Amino acid sequence: MSRQSLTKAHAKISELTWEPTFATPATRFGTDYTFEKAPKKDPLKQIMRSYFPMEEEKDNRVYGAMDGAIRGNMFRQVQQRWLEWQKLFLSIIPFPEISAARAMPMAIDAVPNPEIHNGLAVQMIDEVRHSTIQMNLKKLYMNNYIDPAGFDMTEKAFANNYAGTIGRQFGEGFITGDAITAANIYLTVVAETAFTNTLFVAMPDEAAANGDYLLPTVFHSVQSDESRHISNGYSILLMALADERNRPLLERDLRYAWWNNHCVVDAAIGTFIEYGTKDRRKDRESYAEMWQRWIYDDYYRSYLIPLEKYGLTIPHDLVEEAWNRITNKGYVHEVARFFATGWPVNYWRIDTMTDTDFEWFEHKYPGWYSKYGKWWEEYNRLAYPGINKPIAFEDVGYQYPHRCWTCMVPALIREDMVVEKVDNQWRTYCSETCYWTDAVAFRGEYEGKDTPNMGRLTGFREWETLHHGKDLADIVTNLGYVRDDGQTLVGQPHLDLDPKKMWKLDDVRGNTFQSPNVLLNQMTESERNAHIAAYRAGATVPA
Amino acid sequence: MTATQETTATTEPKQRSFPKIEFTDSEAGAKEFPSSKSRTYSYYTPAKRRATMYEDVTVDVQPDPDRHLTQGWIYGFGDGPGGYPQEWTVAKSSNWHQFLDPNEEWDQTIFRNNSAVVHQVELCLSNAKRARAYDGWNTPWLKFIERNVGAWMHAENGLALHVFSSIQRSGPTNMINTAVAVNAAHKMRFAQDLALFNLDLSEADVSFDGSAHMEVWQDAPEWQPTREVVEQLTAVPDWCELLFATNIVFEQLVGSLFRTELVMQIAARNGDYITPTIVGTGEHDYDRDLNYTRTLFQLLTHDPDHGDANRALFGKWMTLWVPRCLAAARALQPIWSQPADKAVTFATSLDAATAKFTVLLESLGLDIPKELSL
Ligand SMILES: [Fe+2]
Ligand SMILES: [Fe+2]
Ligand SMILES: [Zn+2]
Repeated sequence: MSRQSLTKAHAKISELTWEPTFATPATRFGTDYTFEKAPKKDPLKQIMRSYFPMEEEKDNRVYGAMDGAIRGNMFRQVQQRWLEWQKLFLSIIPFPEISAARAMPMAIDAVPNPEIHNGLAVQMIDEVRHSTIQMNLKKLYMNNYIDPAGFDMTEKAFANNYAGTIGRQFGEGFITGDAITAANIYLTVVAETAFTNTLFVAMPDEAAANGDYLLPTVFHSVQSDESRHISNGYSILLMALADERNRPLLERDLRYAWWNNHCVVDAAIGTFIEYGTKDRRKDRESYAEMWQRWIYDDYYRSYLIPLEKYGLTIPHDLVEEAWNRITNKGYVHEVARFFATGWPVNYWRIDTMTDTDFEWFEHKYPGWYSKYGKWWEEYNRLAYPGINKPIAFEDVGYQYPHRCWTCMVPALIREDMVVEKVDNQWRTYCSETCYWTDAVAFRGEYEGKDTPNMGRLTGFREWETLHHGKDLADIVTNLGYVRDDGQTLVGQPHLDLDPKKMWKLDDVRGNTFQSPNVLLNQMTESERNAHIAAYRAGATVPA
Repeated sequence: MTATQETTATTEPKQRSFPKIEFTDSEAGAKEFPSSKSRTYSYYTPAKRRATMYEDVTVDVQPDPDRHLTQGWIYGFGDGPGGYPQEWTVAKSSNWHQFLDPNEEWDQTIFRNNSAVVHQVELCLSNAKRARAYDGWNTPWLKFIERNVGAWMHAENGLALHVFSSIQRSGPTNMINTAVAVNAAHKMRFAQDLALFNLDLSEADVSFDGSAHMEVWQDAPEWQPTREVVEQLTAVPDWCELLFATNIVFEQLVGSLFRTELVMQIAARNGDYITPTIVGTGEHDYDRDLNYTRTLFQLLTHDPDHGDANRALFGKWMTLWVPRCLAAARALQPIWSQPADKAVTFATSLDAATAKFTVLLESLGLDIPKELSL
């Protein structure tokens, strides 16, 4: 289509909307934002006549690559260390994708300007594409990769696992609570605009270095739809900015959304990239270096900071603190160690680390060995069954952590843990901002104004509570993380597939699992104070 | 950021390095060990013996506390639970997850099918232009298209954005919501195709006012009851009522009445082979969309625990929506006499539409509303 006829086509499609006079669309999902003064924006409309063939063409390339990968025996060169983590990642990500589709009518309902409705509805279809294309990729892995266990129970595992839940908030955050908080600020302005670069570009690029070129094929194809989504979100953001009354809400939501995305996405993707790779070239970018490029430069400096000219207060402090957590406080390394500690209740296997890995970590993160090296040596030492218990139940100088009530990643930077009684319960938080999110942001009132549409934190947020006081073998059985011999665990603390070296239920039986939060709430005040002080000081056993 | 490095770009040529690809022998079947042959999704039971691609990419992607979800929904709304509460409709099911989309829509089907339609429409329109097909149309027919097909495209677009897009946030399962999302995509594409057809006509060397449709939709008396029902539909908060009222009642009594029983019947007689091709794609979409809708409502009317209550409920919904849609249909009567060749009468068309509606209701096990026999 020529530019002129494209312009005419856009104008014609705009004629399809009208001002209703008999009844207005039901407001299923409310917002405390107001758009009365929103300027008319006219983002480019997607013409379905070019949209469908364009996406079909992208699909053809993806499915062609899939056929090619199988004909070319890609799995002969795939690193198991890498693909195991895909059991976790690909169990999570189709839900946030489909949630993004479900979020679109929330944005359509909340923003009265019909100019942007078309783009949002097209995004809805994109997101159905993303979710199902990713489910299909996972199926291909299940069918063609040496160890299908974990892929085979993917959506169930996602729904009953502690790590699945961490990822689930990413999707639930898109579809619950204030429509603009969820479907615009959290989903588009932060998750899509900032973090899809690490999720869908940086991480899949690492897959290629580990012999898997399908992940990048699929996710680059997904990412190519993202610029349209980002501009949808930006249009709504500018409309919201037009009304002074939205200012405090925007600032609240940017703080919450930024921090929660950091906590969740950097935990997961950072771990996959740093601990899931076999590529230890010294000049390959570390997660911290990727983060600096994609998040700090491309997002923070080029997208967020320019919003200041509209008078918006940007959470500079939280961007700096996220960076600080990644570079100085060992955030990713702590998360990886936590995942590995919990291996019996994982549905993927986690490889041991070698001297090459140690060297690389020390090179990229000076001081790494003194903080984490010993623990990974213990992990190697305790990798096989028969002699010892799973590492979480051996004394290796590591105290099983408290979980953050808000982001559900544990309070791993121990000196930063916040403990408060909220809603009549002692809760732990990984950071001041996560405490604020629960105690201040997700409430029916904010800075003296009613915010009836704001969401609430709900559910059994501490996963360990559900399994408190039970035997580890029974927990694994109940979760269903047992292989088809009825004995061998899906999760393993090494990659050896020799059945004699794989842990069985009997090898983990006799260990009682305890919830740190249940115990915390049972303590007397002085016990609790002592416990918290010791935890913050880095105690290796619970005080 | 205090730690920002000055710049990553250096002037000296960088040594290029590449990851080493290793032979790992990590393909299926390379070793035998527990679960080494476990190559089907094990967390749900497929409807037939073998799981379909559709089931594998759709089932359980939206978690459910009734199935595997153990920690519950971790965010709630200010005034109620989050996730996908079954209470968002008053209709009840003993197992919402039983619904599977008979069209088995997922990524590949969506883009393949809609692209095929796009190609068909584009070919038709470019042939029409090349053959100067519009030159042969008589004035009343041009007027008919200008006003009525022009008005109708608004209805399609409104349903896309404010009915089907809306519903797909609210259904209790991924299978329901995805089927409805695809329905929205159909409607949006079809509405746009009609609009771009309108653009072609206004650029052709014939007397055609490409902007007349707006006034007709907004003000012409024959179209106001239709616009009224469409707007009333968008205002329905209960997703299941909305789907029923739209795809079962409105589409039968107004949508198909206009598309199938009028446009498709009379276009050829008025020398127009183009419009039926485009409107035919809309009919084809509705056929598919009715297919999933019928399956869903059949499950609900035959539900072992709630079938009776659901049938009563749908009967109640019809007492509201059937009169509204019949009023809209009857108001359209004047447009039957606008073309030069009036191949069908309004009465014949309405009879045909109500007869099909009756068959549909019978297939759902629902009583026929008394308004239909009047
Ligand atoms: Fe997406
Ligand atoms: Fe997106
Ligand atoms: Zn936190």
